[in-house]
Amino acid sequence: MEQNKKHIILKTDNLSIGYTSKASKSVIASNINIALKKGELVGVIGANGIGKSTLLRTLTKVQNPLNGRILINDKALSKYAPIELAKVMSLVLTEPIVSKNLSVFELVALGRQPYTNWVGNLSKTDIEIVNQALNQTNISTLKDKKCFELSDGQLQKVMISRALAQDTDLIILDEPTTHLDMYHKAYILKLLQKLANDTGKTILFSSHEIDLAIQLCDTLIVMTETHVVSDQPCNLIEKGTFDTLFPDDLIAFDSVTGSFRVKK
Amino acid sequence: MAETKTYSIAFLVLIVLLILCFFINISLGSISIPNTAIFNSLFGKIDNTSWQHIIMDYRLPKALTAIVVGSGLGISGLMMQTLFRNPLAGPFVLGITSGASLGVAVVTMGASLFGGAMLGVLASKWSIVIAATLGSFLVLLTVLVVSTKVRDTMAILIIGLMFGSISTAVVNVLSYFSSAEELQQYYFWGFGSLGSLSWHELLILFVIYTLGLLLSLTSIKTLNTLLLGENYAKSLGLNIKQSRLLIIIATSLLAGTITAFTGPIAFIGLAIPHMTRQIFNTSNHKILLPAVFLFGAIVMLVCDSISQLPNSDYTLPINAITSLVGAPVVIWLLVRKRKMMF
Repeated sequence: MEQNKKHIILKTDNLSIGYTSKASKSVIASNINIALKKGELVGVIGANGIGKSTLLRTLTKVQNPLNGRILINDKALSKYAPIELAKVMSLVLTEPIVSKNLSVFELVALGRQPYTNWVGNLSKTDIEIVNQALNQTNISTLKDKKCFELSDGQLQKVMISRALAQDTDLIILDEPTTHLDMYHKAYILKLLQKLANDTGKTILFSSHEIDLAIQLCDTLIVMTETHVVSDQPCNLIEKGTFDTLFPDDLIAFDSVTGSFRVKK
Repeated sequence: MAETKTYSIAFLVLIVLLILCFFINISLGSISIPNTAIFNSLFGKIDNTSWQHIIMDYRLPKALTAIVVGSGLGISGLMMQTLFRNPLAGPFVLGITSGASLGVAVVTMGASLFGGAMLGVLASKWSIVIAATLGSFLVLLTVLVVSTKVRDTMAILIIGLMFGSISTAVVNVLSYFSSAEELQQYYFWGFGSLGSLSWHELLILFVIYTLGLLLSLTSIKTLNTLLLGENYAKSLGLNIKQSRLLIIIATSLLAGTITAFTGPIAFIGLAIPHMTRQIFNTSNHKILLPAVFLFGAIVMLVCDSISQLPNSDYTLPINAITSLVGAPVVIWLLVRKRKMMF
């Protein structure tokens, strides 16, 4: 019961996503109704090209929805000024950062930009929050390293730390586990789970690590050709949602282990 | 914070060096003037009026121009490199020099094309400054208008280069039809010159330069945010188009006016930011901007001192010296550190 009373951070109403050009509209997915609650870890999964990125781009206001509404903290996303949005939503993207000559501390501190003065000076509180973000992601020891000295796994932790320092209700990550080995994939997702729990932030990420996502997420948003469902992972397994995720000629979902198996 | 402590010594050294280079620059020249006389003429009156004249009306404005040029071009180069995420960018990628060259080409070589009636009006000092300003301003205005229409910052870089090509082509056509004398005048402008500014001109240059400098100061935070990439910058609440416009305007004010008054000064804008990054080992613009300011001014003063060929009557083109002195330094820095900072 308590779960239902939790504050809803992000909500979509009959959302349709896709692209518009002068001549036509191409709808990628429609009728998306999701609600992300405070402190939840939510994964978006689906096959390549199904529209995960389009969904994230729409939720982060990079592109406009074709139809329907997106509400963040009960306010329409379209009504947010850029600087306001920066205070409720932070991002971890797949693109590499431009300058790897920044130190870890400097990079994480850039997360404080929406709050700092015109020249970007850090106040005492800012520095405290940056240090806290470094601690929460276990990278305090890397503080003075330059970003080019870091491994991919370390760099991903730094980017997550930066998003934490931005101090937003919602953190959205686009495929945070690409380029990482199996251990670090699990490590990053486990870290996200812990952060959602400890900080009460809502964390939404897209991923191809379906087995890990099933084990760690509070809610999964599953995108298939025909519809978008969001529910708790165990409910989705019961409903057989994962069976429709991919074409069934090569792999099949094993509901006992909660993972995909190659057909022999 | 720790960052200010670590760099304060380096800044102190740079400031001392700047003052030192400033006095060395003033003390050198084709006529040797004793140091005491130089101090006296700077801070009071001396009896030798020709020395007084040389120092106050020639060497002092020249040294001040060098500081303005070095710091201004360095800072615009830094801004362009960060904005375009490209270590090869400099103050002139937006077509400023090409625009200015075009303007100057029209007044110096256009006479043959447009007929003798204009000959008297053209080719004076002020007409060259005005033509250069108009030329760079026109090219820049076009780039600005286009830049508000395109989404991708890289497109602006290409557009700037294209305008550069067009200008160069027009200059080529003009030079094909002009006399040797006109060609020479145009080429002399291209050599660059710090020493030809009167106090009056220096004042105008200084006012616009200060404006550009203030604008670049307000862009420090933006530039740091851009180090993450444009999409991250957007997610941090940055208005990309507006910040881009501000940075471009600051650059054009700085590089545009400097080019108009001194001719195109090569190399400084490209190399100073790289040298500063290597020396200070940081990409933080809060440190880089003042450091580039000081370092640019120092390098320009040194280059100018060398171009004077102390104790001789010759003055080498400043444009050649900046590259001759600067390029080996950049190569040395890159080889020594084995890693390009950006």
